Amino acid sequence: MSALLLQMMNGLSYGMLLFIITCGITIVFGILGVLNLAHGSLYVLGSYVGYSLIIKAGLPFWVALMAVPLLIAIIGLVLEVVILRPTYKLGHLSQVLLTFGLAYIFHDVFSMMWGKNILVVNPPDVLNMSVEIAGNAIPAYRLALIVIGIVIAIFLWYTQEKTKWGAVIRAGLSDKEMVGGLGVNIHFVFTCVFFLGSLMAGLGGVLGSPVLGVYPGMEFQILILSLVVLVVGGLGSVTGTFIASLLVGFVETFSRFFLPELSLIITFALMALVLVIRPQGLTGRRVV
Amino acid sequence: MKNFKRNGFVLILLVLLLSACSSGAINTTTSKEKTKEKTDDNSPIKIGALLPSTGVYASLGENLLNGMNLYFEEQNWEVAGKKIEIIHEDTEADPQVALRKLRKLTDQDKIDILTGPVSTAVAYAIRDEVDSKKLPFLDSHAGGNDLTRSKRSDYIWRSSFSSWQIGHSMGEWAYKNVGKKIYVTAADYAFGHEVAEAFKEAYTKAGGQIAGEVYPPLGNNDYSSYLGKMNKEGIDGIYAFYAGSDAVRFVQQYDQYGLKEKIPLIGSGWLTAEDVRPQQANSPDGIKASIFWDYSLDTKENQTFIKAYEKKYNKRASIESAEGYDAAMILAEAINKLKGDVSDPDKLIEAMSSVEINSPRGPIKFDKDTHNVIQNLYIVETGIVNGKTENKVIDTIPQVVDPGK
Repeated sequence: MSALLLQMMNGLSYGMLLFIITCGITIVFGILGVLNLAHGSLYVLGSYVGYSLIIKAGLPFWVALMAVPLLIAIIGLVLEVVILRPTYKLGHLSQVLLTFGLAYIFHDVFSMMWGKNILVVNPPDVLNMSVEIAGNAIPAYRLALIVIGIVIAIFLWYTQEKTKWGAVIRAGLSDKEMVGGLGVNIHFVFTCVFFLGSLMAGLGGVLGSPVLGVYPGMEFQILILSLVVLVVGGLGSVTGTFIASLLVGFVETFSRFFLPELSLIITFALMALVLVIRPQGLTGRRVV
Repeated sequence: MKNFKRNGFVLILLVLLLSACSSGAINTTTSKEKTKEKTDDNSPIKIGALLPSTGVYASLGENLLNGMNLYFEEQNWEVAGKKIEIIHEDTEADPQVALRKLRKLTDQDKIDILTGPVSTAVAYAIRDEVDSKKLPFLDSHAGGNDLTRSKRSDYIWRSSFSSWQIGHSMGEWAYKNVGKKIYVTAADYAFGHEVAEAFKEAYTKAGGQIAGEVYPPLGNNDYSSYLGKMNKEGIDGIYAFYAGSDAVRFVQQYDQYGLKEKIPLIGSGWLTAEDVRPQQANSPDGIKASIFWDYSLDTKENQTFIKAYEKKYNKRASIESAEGYDAAMILAEAINKLKGDVSDPDKLIEAMSSVEINSPRGPIKFDKDTHNVIQNLYIVETGIVNGKTENKVIDTIPQVVDPGK
């Protein structure tokens, strides 16, 4: 029983970590309809900058947690305005090509600046220990991740569903021209959403680095994970991403425990299953 | 529609033109090079290095290259009066990419000798091409057993290690010094399985009992569920094979989930290698691992090597740096024996096979039957010195020979 409890906590914390990492890309793709394959790069950049601030400059973890996401968000903002905006009219293919190219450029810049070794950030001292729960040691940092994930989820859900901003964003998702015609500056809205998405990428980068570390090529792993969660959860809703992250987290954790040989397949099988049964994702709206 | 047709026509024309141009360019360069070789005896000896600079093993590739560069720089990039040139291509640790890059190295760059790669899958993928082209290939890292067993080739020799040497050396030692019941875990890919198999073979033969085994995927990011599975009552230790980013995460999470205090961890040297330990903080304290080279190895050759390496790159040498350095040393020795004439691949292989050197890792030579290196293996233990983890050699298993089958 206690072994199962441990796996439950693992699945929960891993799922939350997935949510923190992937909510950015869901916001951008799900709401804007912009497929930003460089999103993984923004995440990794967040990890790297966090590493530099925490380990190299010796700043406290909390400072990095505040500063890095803002920095990444500003970089994302510049990307959106300068490079991505002209592609909105051109459709997904140009966006995919452009952002994938960007990902490779980022990739090389990262290895030039931070080298090729894996870098790990230590969790803040307060959380750098293990907590005993029912006879199992669980790292405190993971418990903190669960709490942070829930806070972020509530914040995003509230913004999207209960505020005027959220209403404008949801309206923009359904019909851009109409919202523009109603007097809303849709470009400004898009830029803000992209800013928020990049902010989440940066936040994920800092929060994820103590568990996952950071190394060259990681952006593509993150990207694949994000796409799996995106497909399972469906587009356009934070709730879907939240459920999908937890589901993927649990499925991966438990399949590792019970069927370690098949754990990789099972996650992707889950994705395939969702695609067959509900192509729009668990909570996604049916696209006509 | 009309527009499309015209565009298509222009496009096809463009493609034809481009391909004509490019093949022409290749032809002219090759014919030039051929004439150059005949007239000019000072053409450099070209060593192709197929090493990853992207992916999980990027840092290993970089260190191997650093090691080679260091040795040749010490020789002023000249051996037996011939200039040495290293041409590096990124394999991305992907067999398909590696094969393409190998063809580029042989067809375009006309390399004389090949070294690398890191990934065993890559080594297996390029094996047939190397064999049929009679290209002398010194494997400087990839440790897959079969490369010097069933996939053995006259042109392939290995200066690094076979996975059998790594796993097997720990087996008997673990039975005598760790305990009688051990759980085995390794990354789920050919090399991980081979190391684990070799360990199990030697350990059970000595009388030990395997309590269970689990193989998480390569490049795994979360070991929590596997650790829950390993955390069993009544076992004396856990044998683990992980490298690179996997090693950092595994060792850290082993500590975070409270297994470090409970069950001793043993494994292969990559678990606590010089380049991963700084990232692991104090978690690797107490791990015992088997490896063929360690930073702490107290020999004259090693001390000179690590000092020179640190001076040039401003960081510590790693296992792969030593491998790169050794490979370069072996190649230089072979080229010296031939007085710089590497035109005949069979003679080059002959010269290489009889090289015996005292390298930073100790005395090494080749097994002429298997083409694998014969070397010492060391048991190293990680401890904490002045707040940082350091490895210490606590035992030596001399002259380990791969059985070759």
